Amino acid sequence: MHPAPSVILFTVLSGAGFGLLGLLGLGPALGAAPSGGLAALLLWGLGYALAGAGLIASGFHLGRPERALRAFSQWRSSWLSREAWATVAALLASAPVALASILGRPLPVAAGLVSGLICLATVLVTAMIYAQLKTVPRWHHWTVPALFAGFALTGGAILAGFGPFAALPALALGALMILAFRIGDGRFAAAGSTLATATGLGPAAGGGLRSFAPPHTGSNYLMREMIHVVGRRHARRLRRIAVLAGAVLPALILAALPAGILATALAAILHLAGALAQRWLFFAEAEHVVGLYYGAR
Amino acid sequence: MTSLPPPPAKKLGLVIDLDTCVGCQACVTACKGWNDQGHGAPLSDQDARGADPSGTFLNRVHSYEVTPPDAAARIVHFPRSCLHCDNAPCVTVCPTGASYKRAADGIVLVNEDACIGCGLCAWACPYGARELDAAAGVMKKCTLCVDRIDNATLAEQDRVPACVRTCPTGARHFGDLADPESAVSRLVAERGGYELMPEQGTRPTNRYLPPRPRDRIDDEAPLAPLLDIRPAGLAGWLDRVLGRL
Ligand code: SF4
Ligand code: SF4
Ligand code: SF4
Repeated sequence: MHPAPSVILFTVLSGAGFGLLGLLGLGPALGAAPSGGLAALLLWGLGYALAGAGLIASGFHLGRPERALRAFSQWRSSWLSREAWATVAALLASAPVALASILGRPLPVAAGLVSGLICLATVLVTAMIYAQLKTVPRWHHWTVPALFAGFALTGGAILAGFGPFAALPALALGALMILAFRIGDGRFAAAGSTLATATGLGPAAGGGLRSFAPPHTGSNYLMREMIHVVGRRHARRLRRIAVLAGAVLPALILAALPAGILATALAAILHLAGALAQRWLFFAEAEHVVGLYYGAR
Repeated sequence: MTSLPPPPAKKLGLVIDLDTCVGCQACVTACKGWNDQGHGAPLSDQDARGADPSGTFLNRVHSYEVTPPDAAARIVHFPRSCLHCDNAPCVTVCPTGASYKRAADGIVLVNEDACIGCGLCAWACPYGARELDAAAGVMKKCTLCVDRIDNATLAEQDRVPACVRTCPTGARHFGDLADPESAVSRLVAERGGYELMPEQGTRPTNRYLPPRPRDRIDDEAPLAPLLDIRPAGLAGWLDRVLGRL
């Protein structure tokens, strides 16, 4: 699939934003000391800014963004519509919790528990937009929602200033990334779609079947959107960057350096860079079955 | 409404004969011509006369090389358009309700006034049947020519899809695939018509008819013995005399 910058930015930023909003909400329930005043203003503000920036970036992916409100109508059948609802619900439910904690008179723990869970559910709903697609076997798997949740929890925990405690989700995320890369590599073959099933010419060809001439000499929407070939060496290097920068290094920094703004900022920057690398691969390495018709994957 | 209707009593669709298709691209042109001026936004082209032309089409014809070990090699031309699936994933993923399947005849359509151009339906289609129009910003797909098949202002013989009407070899057939007595259903039964990518679970309406088996020429070089003719009689004598000179 084409790694569109708008969608990469959207999923990385909004994932980190909702992770942060979610953990700020859940914080008191998890036993974190509630912050107030300026620190709370900055943290909640950052959460809203990241989630908001992600939403704006996603608007650039639409052909007719002025009609975006219509996306609220099909929540019964469509994950994309459910995402629209979950996003609004998460932003609304977090607002009173944020305000109260900034003003130094925190709401009962249950309020943060509810808003926090809605924020984390939003990330899972976003992941389902991809995981539902049978046409992209690498995505059609439980590791996709698990990865999205892993990134939200790790990014959220780092940004929320959980310090050494954020090293735990980071390490889990690193293991999950390695597992997802491994499993993902075998998904297309396991799905069983080949040029023979795509054309039904398998029985006539007895093995000898290949694309002879494409339907058009130029490019088209399908090829630009769904067919993206990544160099193997390039991909392997980026995988290493994603695991190291996204998970291992932030975990080491948070465990080794004294908790504070320096460790948090360093870990956050590395983590977001790793998340961008992972998300680029998430799209670029995902092969759509329509590529079979063009003799590509 | 992007929930799917119950299986329709009538299933209009196409049956495409891979044995007779000659890959002339006439259906591609007829489809673009008709749908450029009828239902919804036109099918735009970008850089049409430049170095990198690209455009929106609802029907495309591939060519595949088939080289079976025990029969003659051949080229199979393969038209690809929307299969109007019963279990259409493109419909259920749509957030706006723009994509829908008609309960009356199973045709899958896009309401272009409601489409936000998110592209998710094109991702959900295994067959590459949907293309986002770069000029209009909305999703385009085969309409099964709804503005022809129901169009009382057209002559009777024109009330079929443009691609079917134009095909010079009669490789495209249109009809009701839910009616076992229809001409298309009988054709499918006779010729062993099949679905594309059944493993995707989309349950397409359209069917493809496989190329008929062809025999193999046993002797691939029938003229080869003629290369080794020894001249006899007068010609042989001349040949020998001239050869000595
Ligand atoms: S062929 Fe593709 S666009 Fe057409 S109904 Fe099936 S899934 Fe939808
Ligand atoms: S591109 Fe249009 S028709 Fe397709 S899913 Fe998005 S809103 Fe629906
Ligand atoms: S039925 Fe109409 S819209 Fe569909 S491929 Fe044929 S000409 Fe094009």
